[in-house]
Amino acid sequence: MSGAGIKVLYFAWLREKIGVAEEDIELAPGIATVAALTEWLSASSPRHEAAFAAGKTVRCAVNQDFAAPDAPIRAGDEVAFFPPVTGG
Amino acid sequence: MATIRVQTEAIDIGAETAALTAGRADIGGIGSFLGTVRDTAGGRKITAMSLEHYPGMTERSLAAIAAEAEARWPLLGCTLIHRVGRLLPGETIVLVLAASPHRHAALEATAFLIDFLKTKAPFWKKESFVEGDEEWVSARDADDSAAARWDIAAR
Repeated sequence: MSGAGIKVLYFAWLREKIGVAEEDIELAPGIATVAALTEWLSASSPRHEAAFAAGKTVRCAVNQDFAAPDAPIRAGDEVAFFPPVTGG
Repeated sequence: MATIRVQTEAIDIGAETAALTAGRADIGGIGSFLGTVRDTAGGRKITAMSLEHYPGMTERSLAAIAAEAEARWPLLGCTLIHRVGRLLPGETIVLVLAASPHRHAALEATAFLIDFLKTKAPFWKKESFVEGDEEWVSARDADDSAAARWDIAAR
């Protein structure tokens, strides 16, 4: 992964809708929060758009901790998107 | 110190209880919750349940949940084991054990641990129905309410 890259992971139906479990993304200038990244990813392909259209039912973790839409994203981060958890 | 594990194998509650209590006599009681796969979902028969998780975050979140329980109750040990992969009706899914000198702490900590695991640990279930279709399980508001009664906002 190069300088401004992040790793993005998808789980459960987000992974199925998008079609990949993970992808390396070059952070475009101005993509500094979870919300901005979500918007950028949604615009990147129809599959991403369909997955993220579920809006409030998509959860996020940054570096393996739950993260709110305004949480910061930095180069080198691991960002995961997934539905609300259903274990137990 | 908590025992935390994600595994594909069936859970042996007897062996896990023996491991938790081995070599000590200060424990007065062990609370336990063993989750199993129900053969129906929403009134429909299922043939299997598949569990996926987020390796790394799962272990971190289970460790954080166990640490929170250890901070709230005088525990002498606890065990959190969750299965992943394809499970059949009747099989074990999850085990929570909490050992304490006294029963109230053991029972309360056990309920706390399973309530928080259900709302915080990154596991996802998919049900396979007898008709051949599959469906990801939706999160239940009731699970958030169960976690909320312990006074920590579910994230």
